[in-house]
Amino acid sequence: MNQFEQYRRRFIGGALAATGAVMAPGVMLMQVAHSRAPEEGVSSKHRWGLLIDSSKCATGCNDCVTACNTENGLSGETGLQDPQWIRKIELTNNNTGATHSLPMMCQHCEHPPCVDVCPTGASFKRADGIVLVDRHICIGCRYCMMACPYKARSLVHEDLNDTQLAHMPRGKGCVESCTLCMHKVDRGDGTTACAEACPEKAIVFGDLNDPSCEIAQRLATYASKEVRADLGLNTGVRYTGI
Amino acid sequence: MHIVNRELEGNSKGYWALLGGLGALILLGLFAAYNMEHHGHVITGMNNQIVWGLPHVFAVFLIVAASGALNVASVAGVFGKKAYKPLAPLSALLAIALLIGGLAVLMLDLGRADRAIITAWEVNPKSVFSWNVVLYSGFLGFSAAYLWAMLDKTVKPLYPFAAYGAFIWRLILTTGTGLIFGFLVARQAYGTGLLALMFIIYSLLYGTAVYVLVLMTAYLGGQRPLGAEVMRRLKNMLLIFIAASFYATLVYHLTNLYYAKEWEFERFILLDGGLYTTLFWVGQVIIGYAIPFVLMALPGTRDNRNMVALAAILIVLGALAQMYVTIIGGQAFPLQLFPGFTEKSSFFDGQIHQYIPSHWEWMLGIGGFAISLAMVAFAVKILRILPESLADEVADPHAKK
Repeated sequence: MNQFEQYRRRFIGGALAATGAVMAPGVMLMQVAHSRAPEEGVSSKHRWGLLIDSSKCATGCNDCVTACNTENGLSGETGLQDPQWIRKIELTNNNTGATHSLPMMCQHCEHPPCVDVCPTGASFKRADGIVLVDRHICIGCRYCMMACPYKARSLVHEDLNDTQLAHMPRGKGCVESCTLCMHKVDRGDGTTACAEACPEKAIVFGDLNDPSCEIAQRLATYASKEVRADLGLNTGVRYTGI
Repeated sequence: MHIVNRELEGNSKGYWALLGGLGALILLGLFAAYNMEHHGHVITGMNNQIVWGLPHVFAVFLIVAASGALNVASVAGVFGKKAYKPLAPLSALLAIALLIGGLAVLMLDLGRADRAIITAWEVNPKSVFSWNVVLYSGFLGFSAAYLWAMLDKTVKPLYPFAAYGAFIWRLILTTGTGLIFGFLVARQAYGTGLLALMFIIYSLLYGTAVYVLVLMTAYLGGQRPLGAEVMRRLKNMLLIFIAASFYATLVYHLTNLYYAKEWEFERFILLDGGLYTTLFWVGQVIIGYAIPFVLMALPGTRDNRNMVALAAILIVLGALAQMYVTIIGGQAFPLQLFPGFTEKSSFFDGQIHQYIPSHWEWMLGIGGFAISLAMVAFAVKILRILPESLADEVADPHAKK
């Protein structure tokens, strides 16, 4: 083997090694990322929802609200213009004086009025029942806020000053609301921040369509209620104890 | 006598002062829009409870008045009343100008005004707002075609098509505006198709009132004769429209008063809603309906055109009060999530919502008004919109010649 041939072989070998070195991390990362193919998007086989037992929910306890704010990067301030994705409502019966406490958030309706009125389709419902705002095409008209019977939506009134979290992009001038912790649902956590944080386990997350799921079994066993059931929206969030 | 339309000379100090003043107001409006875009809606009084504020009061007023301003032209073009023909070009022009002013306010108030164009291709067929994108453009198209057919005799075949088209379209347009609120199922103040009819009736009153004011200003400023006959006809129209508007308002509130579930809301608007109650009774009913009706009906004042002008100004003020009560009063009353329970939360559930408009919102709203008026002032100078004379012997088909 002459000198030239040696050099040529070394060159080819080096080139192959370099190519391998460049490619390998990409191949490895693809395995690690294990991303879902587009055709494996969310499916209408699931209908994610919450069951909230108001009789277990304690007046004055705000753990679900705090957990939601931490999980999604909200400031937790409660001024007139501050967004609130979940809030505790204290109820007093006008006739009997009986009191209840419960968390209120986007009810993830099957027929959401916010989606009906949105002029751009930014307000939309995923196949698995989660109602969301597409921050790329929301024009900030606030018609969805006018239409929501649950006052579940907020406009971001001012700059967020880098308080956003990577998994929950937000934006000044856009409307936002509870996402049912879709980032947790999508990665298979099987729960939401509010449900995890509740010390009384008053909030149960699950698949309303799956009869083996705790939420579906409870709904089949006990009397539950939709808020403003008269509107016929078939909410994904249900309550017991009121 | 033959009617001749001629451009307004518009070289007087008064004209330039008017145009300059309107220009300044437009600049202030744009400055407000820039600030709202730059800082966000945090600088306005609007919040997560009162989500539509003063800009919407001005915008919806202008859009509703726009369709009503076309009324004078429709009486000529669709119902064939000859006496209104010379008045028609200004009517169509005003309709276009008011709509553009109103839309400017609506668009500049968006949280993301830079994205307004998205509504052109991301269409949601179930959204009234999406329909309105089509309705507004169509109205501008029909009104412009109508104006063209009136001003250019070479396109005469276009005239009936444009006149009928604009008339039908304006009814659909105001139906769409009323249904923005009519389709809101959950709020006590809205959720009724009656709002579509109410807005059509209101539009006739508001649009005609603005028309009267613009016509009188133009003829006074342009030193052109404006006869008593034209004024008498317009005044009679206003009288009928006041009566109709009062009737529509009455039916709306009586219907609500019949339902026990609406009592608290009606109590809020009619009795103990503070500013909203005052604006309803003093603003909408007394200033907007009662005083102008009396001024234009009583023998002592009805033939005095200054009194008719005053009545028209009061009608416009009453209209703004009505829009404030309808739009902001309707939101100030809290949503009832749990009927039969008293609600309390950090998100102001169960309490009357607070709203104090900021100066930015006033600037934006008034800027929209100024855009409309500046367009009219400019157009009557460059186009043959206004007849040289509207004196009785010219304008009145029954006048003794």
